[in-house]
Formats: sequence, structure tokens, C-alpha cells
Amino acid sequence: MILIRDGRVIDPATGTDKVQDVLLDGAGIERTGPSINAPDAEILDARDLIVAPGFIDLHCHLREPGQDISETIETGTRAAARGGFTAVCCMPNTHPVNDNASVTRSIIERAAAGASVRVWPIGAVSVGSKGEALAEIAAMQEAGIVAVSDDGRPVATAKLMRQAMDYCRSLGLPVIDHCEDPSLAAGGVMREGPRSIRLGLKGIPAESESICVGRDVEIAALTGARLHIAHLSARASLAHVRAAKKQGLPVTCEVTPHHFTLIDEDVVYDTRYKMNPPLASREDREALLAGIADGAVDAIATDHAPHHPASKDVEFDRAPFGITGFETALALALTELVHTKRISLMRLVELFTTGPVRILGIERKIAGGEPADLTIFSVNHKWTFRANESASKSRNTPFDNREFVGAPMATIVGGNIVWRREVAAAM
Amino acid sequence: MPQRLRHLLGIEPLSAEQITFILDQAKPFQEFQRHPLKKLATLRGKTVALAFFEPSTRTRISFATSAARLGADTMNLQAESSSLKKGESLIDTVWTLEAMKPDGIVIRHAASGAADFIARRVDIPVMNAGDGTHEHPTQALLDALTIRDRKGRLDSLNVTILGDILHSRVARSDIHLLSKFGARITLCGPAMWVPRELECLAPNIHREPRIETALAGADVLIVLRVQSERIHEPPISLDDYILRYQLTPERLRSAKPDAIVLHPGPIIRGLEIDPAVADGTQSCILEQVTNGLAVRMALLFQLVSGAAPDAPHPAKENFA
Repeated sequence: MILIRDGRVIDPATGTDKVQDVLLDGAGIERTGPSINAPDAEILDARDLIVAPGFIDLHCHLREPGQDISETIETGTRAAARGGFTAVCCMPNTHPVNDNASVTRSIIERAAAGASVRVWPIGAVSVGSKGEALAEIAAMQEAGIVAVSDDGRPVATAKLMRQAMDYCRSLGLPVIDHCEDPSLAAGGVMREGPRSIRLGLKGIPAESESICVGRDVEIAALTGARLHIAHLSARASLAHVRAAKKQGLPVTCEVTPHHFTLIDEDVVYDTRYKMNPPLASREDREALLAGIADGAVDAIATDHAPHHPASKDVEFDRAPFGITGFETALALALTELVHTKRISLMRLVELFTTGPVRILGIERKIAGGEPADLTIFSVNHKWTFRANESASKSRNTPFDNREFVGAPMATIVGGNIVWRREVAAAM
Repeated sequence: MPQRLRHLLGIEPLSAEQITFILDQAKPFQEFQRHPLKKLATLRGKTVALAFFEPSTRTRISFATSAARLGADTMNLQAESSSLKKGESLIDTVWTLEAMKPDGIVIRHAASGAADFIARRVDIPVMNAGDGTHEHPTQALLDALTIRDRKGRLDSLNVTILGDILHSRVARSDIHLLSKFGARITLCGPAMWVPRELECLAPNIHREPRIETALAGADVLIVLRVQSERIHEPPISLDDYILRYQLTPERLRSAKPDAIVLHPGPIIRGLEIDPAVADGTQSCILEQVTNGLAVRMALLFQLVSGAAPDAPHPAKENFA
């Protein structure tokens, strides 16, 4: 038994925000309440800390199977635990692609053997994510996928998207799309704008994303399927999502910490600033911040995309897209969203917990009988993120050496403390 | 004395003072090109690596000749023969060259930012001989020397740049350089090659789609090569280009009578420029080539010799 003592429990699912104790028994939550008496329990002192439902990352790349030079399920989930995540959804663009039940099962088996946190695989929409035939989605669902996506690329055609949405509606699975018009984006390495012109780097216009979001929203209306827009970055894309929500369509979206923190003007000839979608304009970032505050954005997702140092230590044009994100996500959210008073702590927790699980059709809350998946964090702990101390195998992050106020402090999955921040004892 | 340069990666980070210093240092090297014995000992014992990852004729020969006339040896890496064909990464190739202990490296590469990438990873001076669609700083310096000679000044000129501005590293470097001297710059070309974001590069830049209007009142015309290897993206008809944008003698009359015509080469006669203009009295195309030597010698002297900025000028010392 573990007794989490005197933490400020914030749970958007129940509207709770009060200092109380949480008693864990085995893999579950026993009960919550003021001053719980449990003499045999291990005490976890959470004074001045927030106790939240376990954070869920809807979007990451664990690179296993096939690219374990960059990451493995073991290293990736260790980094996730350090970021406060208790469950992560891994995208199917592995080698081989997770487009069939045997790959799904192997991911789940490897996770059972060595993952620090829960791993919820996302299956491919199409065979090999090639955009031609639908993958064996029902078989993958039985094996354990929680959604489908051809992430890394968009669902190739409107026709395939329509088929996938019709089918997934019947299966009760959300379709997650990486929205991009390949003809507009071709060859691009950063957002098109004054900065790309100055650097002489080929730009990707915002419309590359928003045109595809518009397409998907229309198909969601046609089919009634659950559509989730991955790593939304452009103001015009968010306008489509807002319009869809206004019509009552089951359309949701996520935003990454790097898109609400950085903009295209921050890009230099350093491949740690190369990701897809690329860092957007100042106006786009403002629109994302507004959407995060008013509810148009449903979740924060990291798009943790580890790449081996050698693959990133090349010309900007040649580098792969993507940055790591687990360990900095909460600190960036606190810095950019909470410390700036753009959102409340309750809203922040919602974006990492009830927001993402609702998209997957799951419920999570802090209450007796629920799984003991909890994230404990501090809003005022001062620390410096150092990429070379990361649990990830990769180092590709623009946030190396950044000083933060606020950090994950402990991660509990199924009643086990899978990670705890080592803090020098206060003098 | 302006701040000493460590590398020449682009014109954008330079001050007007640093640019003027290089141009002033290039002057005696201009005279020097006319001397019957074109060899100095200034860089004797020094080696300059010429790393051309992208095909180049004039810039490579110009750097090689400049180095030779200063007495330096060169190591040559050419795209066709490079180990890149065998899959070696850029940084491994450059480290291999660096291990042969050159005193400076000149790089031409198809990726924007390649010179910057290398400068942050080696300990020797890096000279950018063109990186992708980013900058081509020595071209802008030789253009500036040519303009200053012909117009007697660099300040406050009306400059019109014609052609595919979007994909031109020459245009970016020229814009940065001339803007630092108060130029009013007009960009003219097919609309998809002249995106509005170009106006953000520097003050006093505007776009004008009609060539006659763009040329009106111009002191300097910079005609860019139509990169026919890029003509399919975005698609444009060459006949359309000639019809609307070729610099002809008639169109040239819209500019000031004493306007000069520059072109970074290689020129394609009858495409972006009418032969009568290319060979006319207002054309500076061959002067630009000669001035390229003077500018590159000044640059190599400054970056590779290790001499103090106020050291005696080698061309003056030996030939004055």
C-alpha cells in the first residue's frame, strides 16, 4: 500500500481541486480523503505538489520494432515516465509498419516485458501506410490498438479516408490524421514565410495542413466518424476544427509543446528545429494558445520523435523531421500556459489527462476502484533539462539546457512508482 | 579597423564597414591582375581546401586562381569525384579534408546553411562559395566592387534585380549588401519567383511585376540566370519568360542612361538577356569576373594569412 499524503489533488474528471490523501492498494486506488490513516502504507509525501490522474501522451514514436538505434520501447517509456506520462500511444510508422495484428501483439509483448509505462499502440490506416488498401484494423483492434493513423504522412486520398472513417466508425475507433497536402509540402523543410525566405530553406505553407484538415472535417461530417487531428499547428486548421465542433461533429485535435512554445522565427541552421509540421508563425502560435485556453484544443501531445544523433548531424535539408518531447512537455506547458496565466492548473491537467482519454473513448479519474495511474508534479521546482541526461536514446531537442520552473516529480503506473525525481534534500 | 572576420558565411551578418574594408582591400588586387607576373608569396606554404559539393566552374576556378596568385596551394574536392557518392556524410568529408591540415576551406554546397554547419564544426576559416538558395557572399562583394567602380559610389542606388529571385542566393546576398548602403531595390520576375516575403529581407525592397516599370530610374540592373534545370518547378514557359522578362535594348532604355548591367553568369544568351545587352557598353559581365579574383584574393588574404587588418597590403608592398 502507498499513501500519497497531503497532495493537492486536481482531477478534471470529477472537478476535484483540494488537498487530500490518496491511498493505493495494489494496482488500484483504494480511496481518497482527508487524513487517511494507513499505518502499514509506504508514505509518499506530496506536500506542495499536485496529484493528477496519470498523464496520457496521444502521440509518440517509440521506434520499435526496427529503429532501435534511435529508441526502444524500454528507453522511450523510461523517458515518458520521467515526463510524468503513465501511458503513451505509439505511432505505427515503425519497421515493419504496425499494420497487422502480429506487429501489434509484438509491441504489446515487448511493452509488457520492459516498458516503464503503459503502451497503447496506434495501428496503421492502410497497409504499410502506403495509402492504398485498408490495413487489418479489426484484427489490430482485437490485439490492442486504440486508434488508427498513417502518421508521418496523411491518409493519402479522400476516398481512402472515407473508407477508413466509415469502417472505424463501425469499430468505434478514432481516426488520427497527420494533415498535410503532399504536393504543397514537397521538398519543404520549414514553414514558408519571411524566415524560410531569409534562410533559403524551402518552405511548407500553412495551407498544406489546413487544406487537409478541411478535407478530413468534411469526410467526418459525411461519415460521422471520430476524427482526431494530430499535431495541429496552423490557425486555419484550428478554424476548421472549431467549425466542426460547432456543428457537433466528433472532431478533436492535439497541439505539441513545441508548437505552443516556438515559432518559425526561432529556426536557425540547427536540425533540432526541424520537425513536421514545422514551427509555425507568430500568429499561428497565438491562435493555438487561444484554442488551448478556450477548449478548442483537446489535448497536448508530444510527438516525441527520437532520431539518432548521426542522422540529425547533417545539412538541414537532409535531416529527418522530429524532436524528442516526453521529458520537457509538462515543464513547457507550465512555463508557456500556466505561469503566464493563460490557463488554470485544472485546464492544464485536463489537457494531459481527461482530454486525451476522452479522444480514445476511455475514462480515467482519481477515485476508489480506479487504476492507480497518477502523475505527481510541482509547479515551482527549479531544474535544468539536459538532453545528455535524458532517458531517451536520442538527443534531438531544441530545449537542451533550458531552465524550467515546474516539473514532474513522480509517476505511478498500476500502483508502482515507476519514476521519482531525485531532489537534493533541502537544507 | 572593422572587426576581424573569422569566416565568411554570408553578407547578412556583416557591417557596412566590414564590407567596405574588403572592397578597399580588393582594390590593389584589381591592379595586380594587370601585372605580367601574377604571383605573390603572401600565402606561400598555406593550403586552401576547395570543397565544391555542387558543380561549379567560374567560382571554383576563381577561388583556385586567387589562391594560386597569393602563393597558396589548393586541395580540390569536386562533386563528381567526391566520396559523397559513396554515402559519406558532409561532416565526415569535411573532417577528412580538415585532417589534411588546410589553412582555410571554401565550400559550395546545394544545401542552404551548409557553410554555417561546417563553420560550427571545424577550427579553420570557412568561406561560403554558395550554399543552396541562401547566400553567395563573394558574388555580392564582386558585384559591389564592380558597381562602386562604375558608379563611383555604393550609397543610395536604385537597383533592379530581374529573374528567379526566390531560388537565387546571388539575389539574397546582393540585397543584403546593397541594402546596407541604402539602396532602393526593385525585384521583378514571374510572380511565383518573387514572393512577398522577399520584401522582409531588408528595408526599401519592393516588387514590381512589369519590367518597364521595374527598370525606370534604375542605376544598376542585376540580371539573374534563368535556372532552366528548375524551370519545371514551378512550371513556367521559357517563351513566356522571354516575352515578359528578357532584358532587351528597348527595355534597357527605361533605366537611367548610365545604368549598368550585371549578371552573375553563366549567361544564356537569348533567354534572360538579349546578346546586344550582354555585349553592350552598359554590360559589366566580364569585369565582374575579373573583379571576382580581386575580391577573393582580398578575402583569402584576410582570412587565411593571419595578418593583422592593418598589415601592409601585399599587392601594394610588392608592386606599388
